[in-house]
Amino acid sequence: MKFDTPATTNPIDQLKVVGQPLDRIDGRLKTTGQAPYAYEHHDAVRDAAYGYVVGAAIAKGRITSMDTAAARQAPGVLAIVTHENAGPLGKGSMNTAKLLGGPEVDHYHQAIAVVVAETFEQARDAAAQIRVDYAEAEGAFDLAAARDTAKKVNQSASSVGDFEGAFASAPVQLDATYTTPDQSHAMMEPHASIAAWDGDQVVVWTSNQMIDWGAGDLAKTLNMPKEKVRLISPFIGGGFGGKLFLRSDALMAALGARAARRPVKVALQRPLMMNNTTHRPATIQRIRIGTGRDGRITAIGHESWSGDQPDGQPEIAADQTKLLYAGANRLTQLRLAVLDLPEGNAMRAPGEAPGLMALEIAMDEMAEKLGMDPVEFRVINDTQVDPNDPSRPFSQRQLVECLRIGAERFGWSRRNAQPGQAREGRWLTGMGVAAAFRNNLVMKSGARVRLDSRGEVTVETDMTDIGTGSYTIIAQTAAEMMGVGIDKVTVRLGDSSFPVSAGSGGQWGANSSTAGVYAACVKLREAVARKLGFNSAEAVFTDGQVRSGNRIVPLAEAAGRDGIVVEDSIEFGDLSKRYQQSTFGSHFVEVAVDAATGEVRIRRMLAVCAAGRILNPKTARSQVIGAMTMGVGAALMEELAVDKRRGFFVNHDLASYEVPVHADIPHQEVVFLDETDPVSSPMKAKGVGELGLCGVGAAIANAIYNATGVRVRDYPITLDKYLDRLPELA
Amino acid sequence: MKPFTYERAASPAEAAAAVARTPGAKFIAGGTNLLDLMKLQIEAPTHLIDVNGLALDKIEPTAEGGLRIGALVRNTDLAADARVRRDYALLSRALLAGASGQLRNKATTAGNLLQRTRCPYFYDTNQPCNKRQPGSGCSAIGGFSRQLAVVGHSEACIATNPSDMAVAMRALDAVVETVKADGTTRAIPIAEFHRLPGDTPQIETALEPGELITAVVLPPPIGGTQIYRKVRDRASYAFALVSVAAVVQRDGRGRVALGGVAHKPWRVEAAEAELPRGARPAMAAILADARPTHENAFKVTLAERTLHAVLAEARG
Repeated sequence: MKFDTPATTNPIDQLKVVGQPLDRIDGRLKTTGQAPYAYEHHDAVRDAAYGYVVGAAIAKGRITSMDTAAARQAPGVLAIVTHENAGPLGKGSMNTAKLLGGPEVDHYHQAIAVVVAETFEQARDAAAQIRVDYAEAEGAFDLAAARDTAKKVNQSASSVGDFEGAFASAPVQLDATYTTPDQSHAMMEPHASIAAWDGDQVVVWTSNQMIDWGAGDLAKTLNMPKEKVRLISPFIGGGFGGKLFLRSDALMAALGARAARRPVKVALQRPLMMNNTTHRPATIQRIRIGTGRDGRITAIGHESWSGDQPDGQPEIAADQTKLLYAGANRLTQLRLAVLDLPEGNAMRAPGEAPGLMALEIAMDEMAEKLGMDPVEFRVINDTQVDPNDPSRPFSQRQLVECLRIGAERFGWSRRNAQPGQAREGRWLTGMGVAAAFRNNLVMKSGARVRLDSRGEVTVETDMTDIGTGSYTIIAQTAAEMMGVGIDKVTVRLGDSSFPVSAGSGGQWGANSSTAGVYAACVKLREAVARKLGFNSAEAVFTDGQVRSGNRIVPLAEAAGRDGIVVEDSIEFGDLSKRYQQSTFGSHFVEVAVDAATGEVRIRRMLAVCAAGRILNPKTARSQVIGAMTMGVGAALMEELAVDKRRGFFVNHDLASYEVPVHADIPHQEVVFLDETDPVSSPMKAKGVGELGLCGVGAAIANAIYNATGVRVRDYPITLDKYLDRLPELA
Repeated sequence: MKPFTYERAASPAEAAAAVARTPGAKFIAGGTNLLDLMKLQIEAPTHLIDVNGLALDKIEPTAEGGLRIGALVRNTDLAADARVRRDYALLSRALLAGASGQLRNKATTAGNLLQRTRCPYFYDTNQPCNKRQPGSGCSAIGGFSRQLAVVGHSEACIATNPSDMAVAMRALDAVVETVKADGTTRAIPIAEFHRLPGDTPQIETALEPGELITAVVLPPPIGGTQIYRKVRDRASYAFALVSVAAVVQRDGRGRVALGGVAHKPWRVEAAEAELPRGARPAMAAILADARPTHENAFKVTLAERTLHAVLAEARG
């Protein structure tokens, strides 16, 4: 199905099932431990050996020798694979650095060997007996030091009007620089895979957000046809972008299994996670905003520097500034430096998450310079069209409503605009606000639907559920379309033998994958109607029956003994060119800061989101509160600490890479505005899973400023950065 | 993890003798630190002697009016003990500020005293570390040192002791009771129990090879307002940036020990005379020898401000 004109009324609009706050249909499996994760497919693979990955001990250089003799003689060892015996390997199109290093080492903890043994402990013990000699090379590990070497990334640059001139002549100006650190996805389930070969074919049970990308890149890396690779990933214990791509667990499991002639399972050891896999790159961001005395933006410029491995990608932290606020004169520019740290790549809301951490502090600073309320300052600089191309309207844009409703519900009027004035005992208290913004991306997505002789519907698509609720919203979609209860729908996901879907990334998954299921169900409805001799336009699917005029046929009967199977996909036309599709929100935060120690305690959080139709308010809320929690981490504690001499992330475990614990998270409230966006898809939905993160960090930063009067522009906002600027103690 | 053999000890003296005669042997009690370190091959004992069955899990009054805490009393039980909560609230609060409920259920009193540093370079076997591999150098000096020591450290090591409990024990003048391999016993004041790193950071305590902790004795209660204030980057389940254990009497005199700043719980008794004059002079004296790095200099300010808050709280 081609989607190239805005949606009109369709069966989804009934909202009998879609839009209802239903429990997850996979919840029982998960809470009773029956949902097998990547390392746990014991029933499918009964005799797996264990692989243990060896990571490079240096950041950059060359392996001069590897002695595996002792390890090969160690008890239980079945095989050891290194660059010396792996055979020729390609590189995945989505990978920047090679997944099996050697002899060249591109980054710390790059995989250089996998040891396969009968038990995990034997594999681990043997791995420690591999002796590796290196010739270390000089590397670049410090973004600030490499800043001047960074090259402009021109394909994403934008310029409108005369930014420099308008900024120079603006009566009120801000020119400030902000930094965000490297961050780790730090998901609960590490990257893990079980690989089993059958002749020249391999099946990999894994934990991957994008099945088709993963299957393609594993085939490419192993120099084999994609058809010979099958990926299965029904349950995923968190990804956050860290599992968008083929990673070393899957490759090393496949190589280990080929060498050992046995199925092999590999879970990346937690201490490898931070340096072996990808991370969100650190940024340095310079923001310049010029306004008139009336607070209207006349010039807005956002430049961002980040680093990555050679031929890597920039963090697109300036892009939201093309679209979020009005202003006749504009500039965005990314610059990319070569660094020899591990590979930077996508993490939840790439671009907007770090970009808004900077931009939305800048807006707060600017509002203060103007003596305006930060909500009002944002409201008067709203735009309903793409400021770079005013002929492109936003399909929906309720940013102002999000801000106004949020301010009302949060009690924003009680905020003291003068910072550092509100005090409760030992606590300095303050409130902060930020806008939330994330583009709405759409991706082609396919599904197969089967109506069987019991009148039940089975959906198969390689879509993944990374904890987001994909199983449930897909079941809701099929139930709505076919007029059955959700208990009559079975959803099967995450298998490369199923039709290719949008996958889970860029918050495009929910809208795109359900639209693909919609397309397949439209086709199934037509097939049913045709079989019954009904006019498909008049056929009504409801209560397990299909009706046309006086005729009523149970779906089970319509399906017949053999059932009906159809497959279709949704393909998106040029609506995203004609309209700017984005999602909007507001974040309000109240904090208390200990006047003596500077410890921050968040007291209340509110998110108001305008993100199209909410397919399931319960799972959507879970997405947003999870994202808000991630935003707390980004604001207050998450940082991969770089050892700039030795070139690695030092705090590579969950004891030292701190993420929020329960005690850090207060009352969280989420409001979804009633919105449908017919431009986005037949579902009229948009993404929300990343929107919930965008802006949270800045709202917290702004609240800390309001509480203390101390402005911190370097994340995370840890107490060491402002302790000496807190008021003297009496 | 290296293969190892395992036995259950029958008595404290036999356990001590067994460790002393078996090269590479170690005691295991709660295992909350040792097992992690064995998985990473930072510890690689060839033989484990399980002391969990030694009936050292009682808290009993001493003739002097204090408490004798068995070496195997779990952190959870110690923190919840009514006598501890009433007379040594500092200790209860310090225990509850550490780790998580699950870990405290397993971790023992003696094991807590013996837990090893959380310096990230100690934990990464690719990096030089004099504590893990004597003579290899210290990669933390000049590296990521935000969490590391500001006082009492050496050119060989800037690691900190991660314990909360030990900081309270230090302020309370606890005494560590042991049995040696030859069956003799001794009592080690807590002030002498943990060592500064010097040239031998791998030697962390005064214990001799094979010497087994059997109990920790608390002297009779000293009253006062007892406050343990732990400052960290998140609200729970994190090691201290700085912690302050204080016992403050009505007349303003008192005791202060610091966690998170040194290779051992840091207490300077001579400095405590400054306490009635306030946090600034007191902390200036306590941390007079501080030599922080660029990354952890804030700990000196933080320690003073935290003590200020503690003294204010003690005044009520």
